[in-house]
Amino acid sequence: MRPNILLALATAVALASALPVHAKDSAAVRVSGAWIRVLPGSLPNAGYAVLHNDSNQVVDLVSADSPAYGRVMLHKSVETGGVSRMLPVKQLAIPAHGKATLAPGGYHLMLMQRALPVKPGMRVKIRLHFADGSMLESEFLARPANATGISG
Amino acid sequence: MALGLMAGLLLAACSHGPEKLPFRLTNITGHLPNLAFHLTDDNGKAVTGKDFRGKVVMMYFGYTHCPDVCPLTMTRMHVVMQQLGKDARDVRFLFVTVDPERDTVKVLHQYVTAFDKHDVGLTGTPAQIRALAKRYRAAFTRGKTLKNGGYEVNHSAVIYVFDRHGRARVLATPTTGNGDLEHDLRLLISSGN
Repeated sequence: MRPNILLALATAVALASALPVHAKDSAAVRVSGAWIRVLPGSLPNAGYAVLHNDSNQVVDLVSADSPAYGRVMLHKSVETGGVSRMLPVKQLAIPAHGKATLAPGGYHLMLMQRALPVKPGMRVKIRLHFADGSMLESEFLARPANATGISG
Repeated sequence: MALGLMAGLLLAACSHGPEKLPFRLTNITGHLPNLAFHLTDDNGKAVTGKDFRGKVVMMYFGYTHCPDVCPLTMTRMHVVMQQLGKDARDVRFLFVTVDPERDTVKVLHQYVTAFDKHDVGLTGTPAQIRALAKRYRAAFTRGKTLKNGGYEVNHSAVIYVFDRHGRARVLATPTTGNGDLEHDLRLLISSGN
């Protein structure tokens, strides 16, 4: 009996340490107004939100992922000399006691390779990863192609 | 008689130049050629610029795999169309793809119908699209192909606005206010000439 318990305990400990370290949830960052513009068919979508940093230190958003999409990239739309282009963004700083805004025509999450159905009205999980190793899972509201924001 | 007719036509053409209108957007009257193209619409029908005479036409170069700026532009146009109310029936928004490889008639149709019923998707051969872009000095370049086969296209951000006679009249940009665009569209809708 006892050796069995010990064995079980040892196994549990071994399993726990073998598992990938679970990113600690970010205590610093809050998300508001998170939504996705859903485009028809298999076209890529875009995710928008306001990221609030309640801490005394700058927090850098470095990546994101979602079970609903095979690939999520942080992008920025820019317009120079009358030409629109998209630039990949390595990290987006959320200032201490400040915010960073992902909004149409600027920073956005480019959501590619849809893996699960995403229809307007659904809430889609997206995980945001920060430079300090912390993570924040938030729900983005799926909106129609011609939505002007999270409402309207 | 033929000579007389021609002279009459010339006279008519001279006396009926574009009416001066108090536009709020960048006035390009006389600076860009009339609306002319040979393309395929999002129902698979061959169309030319002349098919849109009688309508006030907005034209934009974009592509459907552009998830941010193009839908933002299309949504703004939808809002302006709603502001125009019934008058929107005299306006068309032409979304000309600069990515004909991926933007098939079907993809374009799904795309434009997701935004507004006054939108028309246009595609064609790369040569046809290049010719149209060149005509309006609109630049577009294809970006690097990514590992997953995807790519981006840098494209002109400008919206060209034509009057009912197909004459280029004003330019709107992404920073143009919806109110200013609506104002100029109303001028062109109510202008008989």
